[in-house]
Amino acid sequence: MKHKPFSMQVNLDDFIPATEEEKAYMVQMRPSTTFFRDGVKRLVKNRVALVSFIVIVLITLSAIIIPAFWPYGYEQMLGVTPGQPVDASYNNLQPLHYSTTEQAKIAAGETVFPHLFGTDSSGRDYFIRVVYGTRISLAVGFFASIIVLIIGILVGSVAGYIGGKVDLIIMRIVDIIYSLPDMLMVILLASVLRLTLNQALAGTPLEKIGSNIISLFIVFGLLYWVSMSRLIRGQILSLREQEYVLAAQATGAKSGWIIRKHLIPNCISVVIISTALQIPNAIFTESYLSFLGLGVNAPMPSLGSLAADALNGISSYAYRLVIPAIVISLIVLSLNLFGDGLRDAFDPKLNA
Amino acid sequence: MNSKNMMYILKRILLALLTVWVVITITFFVMHAVPGGPFLGEKAMSEATVKALEAKYGMDKPLMTQYFTYLKDIVTRFDFGPSIKQRGRMVIDVIADGMKTSVKLGLIAAFLALITGVVLGAVAALRRNRIIDKVIMVITTAFVSMPSFIMGVLLLIAFVIRLKWLPGNGATSGGLVLPIITLSLYPMAYITRLTRSSMLDVLGQDYIRTARAKGVSKWKIIFGHAMKNSLIPVITYFGPMIAYIVTGSIVVEQIFAVPGIGRFFVSSIINRDYPMIMGTTIILAILIVVMNMVSDILYKVVDPRIKFD
Repeated sequence: MKHKPFSMQVNLDDFIPATEEEKAYMVQMRPSTTFFRDGVKRLVKNRVALVSFIVIVLITLSAIIIPAFWPYGYEQMLGVTPGQPVDASYNNLQPLHYSTTEQAKIAAGETVFPHLFGTDSSGRDYFIRVVYGTRISLAVGFFASIIVLIIGILVGSVAGYIGGKVDLIIMRIVDIIYSLPDMLMVILLASVLRLTLNQALAGTPLEKIGSNIISLFIVFGLLYWVSMSRLIRGQILSLREQEYVLAAQATGAKSGWIIRKHLIPNCISVVIISTALQIPNAIFTESYLSFLGLGVNAPMPSLGSLAADALNGISSYAYRLVIPAIVISLIVLSLNLFGDGLRDAFDPKLNA
Repeated sequence: MNSKNMMYILKRILLALLTVWVVITITFFVMHAVPGGPFLGEKAMSEATVKALEAKYGMDKPLMTQYFTYLKDIVTRFDFGPSIKQRGRMVIDVIADGMKTSVKLGLIAAFLALITGVVLGAVAALRRNRIIDKVIMVITTAFVSMPSFIMGVLLLIAFVIRLKWLPGNGATSGGLVLPIITLSLYPMAYITRLTRSSMLDVLGQDYIRTARAKGVSKWKIIFGHAMKNSLIPVITYFGPMIAYIVTGSIVVEQIFAVPGIGRFFVSSIINRDYPMIMGTTIILAILIVVMNMVSDILYKVVDPRIKFD
């Protein structure tokens, strides 16, 4: 058929049904991937982040599981049995050494569970104290970050959504709290709160946790939410104005869809990453306070208080300081590296 | 210096003043909320003695009156009142005493951190992805993850107890070597990483390529063109660095027995010497707030590309 440039005749060949071969071109070769799966793939490829993640999981699991079957308790003074004189040979044992009583038992053919890290000056098994200390430090870091996250999200989204005068006032308060010297305020509040709280808590179930830990949480709730709320406010303000949100609205997307498909995926990664990076910060602060004697209540150990206690016998028992020091550094280092890995894998703005 | 610059500086100074006032207020009211007051826990004291002591330190007056007197004394005379536990000494004198050692310690540590940090960062950037870069990055990552008190104690074990190279008593001049190193390692590592990344950023800029194309020598490019611009981000770290050194010195002075302000602070917390705690907190806070302000202002003034908000 001769083609006439202005005719309305269509070329019928263009409308033949596609053959199987042609259809095969259109099939997606790779299964479609979600944002989350894509990020996980990138994270697994990052060997440093993966190793740090495994280290964190191992430390956390052993802190949870080991106390369940370990034959010694963290506050159990092995040399002290009711009704008998104190057996001082249990005190200050070197790693893998046994007290005279235990040596007698071994000679008699009994098996005695070894003291992996020896015992401290009160005859308490040092290994289980380190495990408990790790547990406390991790728990403090985790819960403090959750508190920071909740307050930060609340304040930040209120400031971001409502805007105007409320936003202005909130942000000025945030500015001032942000420029407060945080550590000094933490020391001040922790040293005062533990005196006040000790009386308020007496007799309640919270007493066992110790006023110092609670005052630590209060301090975190008071001071450390500011950067999180700044972050979330900034995210909300900038995301609201994005073109793709406008485009989604123009094509008739409901606000639920926009929030689920556009706002949360773009916001959540930043929030999770900064929460992950907040945990080592909290562990740091807790160990610092414990080291100054403002941390957990004795006999409950934390890694910082173990290190502080070990300062007294440092010339003869240096390992008692080195062990908690290594554990703290390992936790903080791997959390930091893992947080960095999370950021590399999940921050959509970095991948762009 | 245009009017926008002036406005920013003014605003920043205002914020600093406000912050200092908030610190003073929080410190004052928090310390006065403690149950029992400062004389609790001392060996049995009669009612009358406590009354007399309270009258002596002006604690029998209403709280708000005490607050305004305290504020007025600080603003007009920089006077923080007498110490309760160290009888007959003024808080400000005790602090000034401790400051002599602490300022020396802090300044040397800051300089050490700055110089080694910039040099190491520049070396790492110029030898990017070579062995030396990787070694520097691994070491600095380790240093950034280690709390200052742990670093201090490990150095103490290594150099004082095992090797016996240095004295462990910070009151002697040789005893300051380890505290200085302890305090400088974290900022040093941080500055190294900061300098490295900003140096890499600057080295990729067009004007560096232009200079290279003109045939400018390598060293002139590094020191004449690249160094200046890559140091700008380091300025922003001045404030946080001072804050780190101040809070770090509190524990480091404890570990090495340095007779500085950090040690007085800890002992006053243990002794419940309230005027001392308040005075030390406020003075250290002023130091940190002012340094933060200075580094913020410097940063904006040094780099004309940064927009004012």
